[in-house]
Amino acid sequence: MFEALAVNNISITYGKLQALKDVCFKVEKGELFGLIGPDGAGKTSLFRILTSLLIPNNGTATVDGLDVVRDYRQIRNRVGYMPGRFSLYQDLTVEENLNFFATVFGTTVKENYYLIKDIYRQIEPFKTRRAGKLSGGMKQKLALSCALIHKPTVLFLDEPTTGVDPVSRKEFWGMLKKLKEQGITILVSTPYMDEAALCDRVALIQKGEILKIDTPKQISESFPHKLYSIHSDDNYNLLLQLRKNPTVYSAYSFGDTLHVVFNEELTADNTQYKEIQPTIEDCFMDLLKK
Amino acid sequence: MEKVIKTEKLTKKFGDFTAVDAISFEVGTGEIFGFLGANGAGKTTVMRMLCGLSHPTSGIGTVAGFDIFHQSESVKKNIGYMSQKFSLYNDLKVWENLRLFGGIYGMKEIEIVEKTTKTLQELGFESERNTLVKSLPLGWKQKLAFSVSIFHEPKIVFLDEPTGGVDPVTRRQFWELIYAAATRGITIFVTTHYMDEAEYCNRVSIMVDGKIEALDTPRNLKNTFDAVSMDEVFQRLARKAKRSDNY
Repeated sequence: MFEALAVNNISITYGKLQALKDVCFKVEKGELFGLIGPDGAGKTSLFRILTSLLIPNNGTATVDGLDVVRDYRQIRNRVGYMPGRFSLYQDLTVEENLNFFATVFGTTVKENYYLIKDIYRQIEPFKTRRAGKLSGGMKQKLALSCALIHKPTVLFLDEPTTGVDPVSRKEFWGMLKKLKEQGITILVSTPYMDEAALCDRVALIQKGEILKIDTPKQISESFPHKLYSIHSDDNYNLLLQLRKNPTVYSAYSFGDTLHVVFNEELTADNTQYKEIQPTIEDCFMDLLKK
Repeated sequence: MEKVIKTEKLTKKFGDFTAVDAISFEVGTGEIFGFLGANGAGKTTVMRMLCGLSHPTSGIGTVAGFDIFHQSESVKKNIGYMSQKFSLYNDLKVWENLRLFGGIYGMKEIEIVEKTTKTLQELGFESERNTLVKSLPLGWKQKLAFSVSIFHEPKIVFLDEPTGGVDPVTRRQFWELIYAAATRGITIFVTTHYMDEAEYCNRVSIMVDGKIEALDTPRNLKNTFDAVSMDEVFQRLARKAKRSDNY
């Protein structure tokens, strides 16, 4: 029994820019694994390597036990890939796009319809509309349907929720959960830190390097400081003051509060500070500080 | 407080589809105003009207003291605009971008020179004066793009999802620039899909199906909807949308 994904010391450089540096991780079958990091972290390069579209300078990787360089033909039949940029045929209708992808992979829409039913049903009323004329949310659903229609074993989703409003984002994660229940392994990238909590495990990635890999809960629990929150009516001024205070290790805005870490233990009279559980975003920012 | 934006029953129709349905609101000087809504709620259409790029079908609106229907050219000169998609010329150097935009907005040569020095100092970018914009990291580009958008000291700046894709530390640094500009009296009109950023605004409006369904301070909105976060407020309101973005 092998892992769905195994990435060993993958590196790639573009000219002087090192886009990925010794990246290693494994994803178990049926796992929903998140790559969390900002633009330029190397997420897309990694997706392109794992889908056999880009050859790394160093390292090896397998998908479903198949080598991404040597066995690229077989890999392409097994994976579903939804790139960050909308990549369907704009001049074909919704229905034509779906049929096209099914045919290319030697299957039919009917055969695997059960897999996309919940997603496709929402855009089916518009099946005669050209893909280029769809709204953002509908394009996203069509792209996901097309990436799934050949029943891939591993699904690669590169920033599927970027630029999508919070309600549609929530819906999309609901769909991923259902796909996971079908046994599909999912590698998904996102710049939204709050989505990390919805994954089984996540890798926090920045500037081509993985900062940490674990379950969201473990990452949050491994935060190495005591974290406090404070609220004032003028958070911006309070933030500027805290920054000048030598006992403050870090201070960041979080919604209507500030999250603060101190260099020393708080004295008992600081009752306006409440100790809180760190979020993934707190952890990410703390890792960046090092 | 002086009003920088004022609309009354502002409406935009495309054929028989009403994209923006008689919205009325005001934004005051130096206010940070969050303009939220689901994809397809009509935000972009409102922004385009307020920037003088699209004529309203009916209703009235003034921005920076000018009528958006009859004085759209004056509106354009007195506002700043920044979007995530396009903001800077990659093949120009940092100072050349500032020079270009200063010129477009009709600033005098001497003003441009002085303001360039000041802007680069404030950003801590002096050493990057002669760097091509394309070789700057994304976070720096966004900070520079914001500075470019307020280079001509507009009364108001429109920010369309300005922080998409940047790391959380840079995102916060970006908001500190926003606060500093607002403290100087520049009004900020911002859209975002990050609900924690909605909490950084003085007031927030939420659009659903072409109408403004809620408008208040984040604190009052949370109280009204008995919600712990702006995300919860947003989910409640936007879930009621009938047209979502499937029109």
